[in-house]
Amino acid sequence: MLGSVRRSEHMLAGLALVAGLAQPVAADAPRRVVSINLCTDQLAMMMAAPGQLVSVSNLAADPYSSAMAKEAEAYPVNHGLAEEVFLMRPDLVLAGRYTAKATVDLLERLGVPVVTLEPARSLSEIPDHIRIVGGAIGREAEAEALVARFEADLAALSVPEDQVLPLAALYYANGYSLGSNSLAGQVLEAAGYRNAAAEAGLAGGGNLPLEVLIMAMPDLVVRGTPYPGRSRSEDILTHPALDALGQGVAAPDLSDNDWICGTPQVIHALRGLVDTRKALEKAGS
Amino acid sequence: MTRCYSLILMALFAAVLVLFAGSLLVGPAAIGLGDSLAALFRGEGEMVTLVMREVRLPRAILGVLVGVALGLSGAAMQGLLRNPLAEPGLIGTSASAALGAVLALQTGLAAAFALALPLAALLGALISVLLILALAGPRGAIQTLILAGIGISALASALTSLVLNLSPNPFAASEIMFWMMGSLADRSMLHVGLAAPFILGGMLMMTRAWRGLDALTLGEDAAASMGVDLMRLRLWVVFATAAMVGAATAVAGAIGFVGLVVPHLLRRAVGASPARLLPASALGGAAVVLAADIVVRVIAPDRDLKLGVLTALVGSPFFLHLILRRRKDIA
Repeated sequence: MLGSVRRSEHMLAGLALVAGLAQPVAADAPRRVVSINLCTDQLAMMMAAPGQLVSVSNLAADPYSSAMAKEAEAYPVNHGLAEEVFLMRPDLVLAGRYTAKATVDLLERLGVPVVTLEPARSLSEIPDHIRIVGGAIGREAEAEALVARFEADLAALSVPEDQVLPLAALYYANGYSLGSNSLAGQVLEAAGYRNAAAEAGLAGGGNLPLEVLIMAMPDLVVRGTPYPGRSRSEDILTHPALDALGQGVAAPDLSDNDWICGTPQVIHALRGLVDTRKALEKAGS
Repeated sequence: MTRCYSLILMALFAAVLVLFAGSLLVGPAAIGLGDSLAALFRGEGEMVTLVMREVRLPRAILGVLVGVALGLSGAAMQGLLRNPLAEPGLIGTSASAALGAVLALQTGLAAAFALALPLAALLGALISVLLILALAGPRGAIQTLILAGIGISALASALTSLVLNLSPNPFAASEIMFWMMGSLADRSMLHVGLAAPFILGGMLMMTRAWRGLDALTLGEDAAASMGVDLMRLRLWVVFATAAMVGAATAVAGAIGFVGLVVPHLLRRAVGASPARLLPASALGGAAVVLAADIVVRVIAPDRDLKLGVLTALVGSPFFLHLILRRRKDIA
């Protein structure tokens, strides 16, 4: 049964070829791509040919997580469940390393090719990620163009040497912060800051006690955007002691969704942080 | 006996003072003893002052307030129902207060006006106590009381989980644990300001109920013949308990077993008379919560281990011990 579905898919593809219909996609490239991970969603939306991307995950349409929520409205969403994804008859599924393993295994058992992407931990991995997704969906040229633009933007924002670096910290719900071994930590350093969490001994992500953060006297605290509905976890972001730290400059213009994923979108976060650093320098001098 | 009693009270007070100081000195930021005291009292050192006055001080104050609330209301409920198992955690008062608090937070009521949070928790606690009184009766046979408590507790916890799971905030669902186990981590002076008036008000109300509760130990008829208005006494204690447990739960979650263990331990030392037991239980409760809060910070500094985990570890064996003793008494 499963085999016959797949065979008829191939036959349809062949018929389309014979009929000489408009072919925006290379002949051997997947024609029905379903993405079930927030980060592959965004990379696929940036590069896919019209009609090639069949569905993106529900997170892609969530403005708190996704930097491309508007674009995602054009696609039907899936919830990363094997059954609904399979019924979309994909010939390629894009998943993240931490997508539910059971889902990926089941899809592979059903004969659907799955490409999984590791989460990006540094800026230098972003071009690789663009090329992996671009290659998987047969859009190498688009991938190269995206990489070139990203690298040019990155170079334009590089920090001059002999710069006195201000101290900054990323602070999220439950006192969660990120050290150097994380994408956001790397963006912070690339923007010309020392990372207070890294100096307090945090490598990747983890809890940075409020006391420790205050004692470090950071010049800038980048706080997470609160979600709608209250939670005790986010109370810490409005703690009077954190407010009393006083920020010399306005908070940078960036949102959490800019740097959750290793996509060219991190340039937006980087630019906001660089601008804030310049404002800090002006205020300090 | 009286001298012995005041000695016990003084010892408990000293313990609370020592633990309060300990709570101020324990924390992830390594600050020397001299520095922290200088910062706390004289405001020396900008950042150290901020840590001491805005992070550690509210935590320690809340430890005292929550402990007093739980110890006092445990002892008072036990006196009122004349049942050693009556305790805010066991009979569902804390769970219902948590439900009230969660509803106030998730509906946005608490954001609209700040006092909505403790008031909603108070209302939740009040409803549960009145339900218990209606279900188990004022004389509360032990089985009915516990069964009613389990029922109310389970219902309130389930509704709390439901509300948190339906919240649009992804962090809310992970906080089910907080509302059922309690924690004082990262609370601020804002929370002290919210809880303190209700807890202090409840304490004042309780001081006026001691004499009546004392008379009640002789039985309802005897108490009535001594001029105690039973109806008024009941309402008085119920309101005071609801105010204290509600406010404590609204800012620190539901912390169990404190109200069970503390009066039980102290009853042997000071006797069963509520007039003597209540003040001692208030101090004892404060000491237990402060101690538990110090221990969670020492065992797992970066994990936010919940207070209720510790109090349950100590409290459950007591609970089982009480049951065993009851069985022996009956046999």
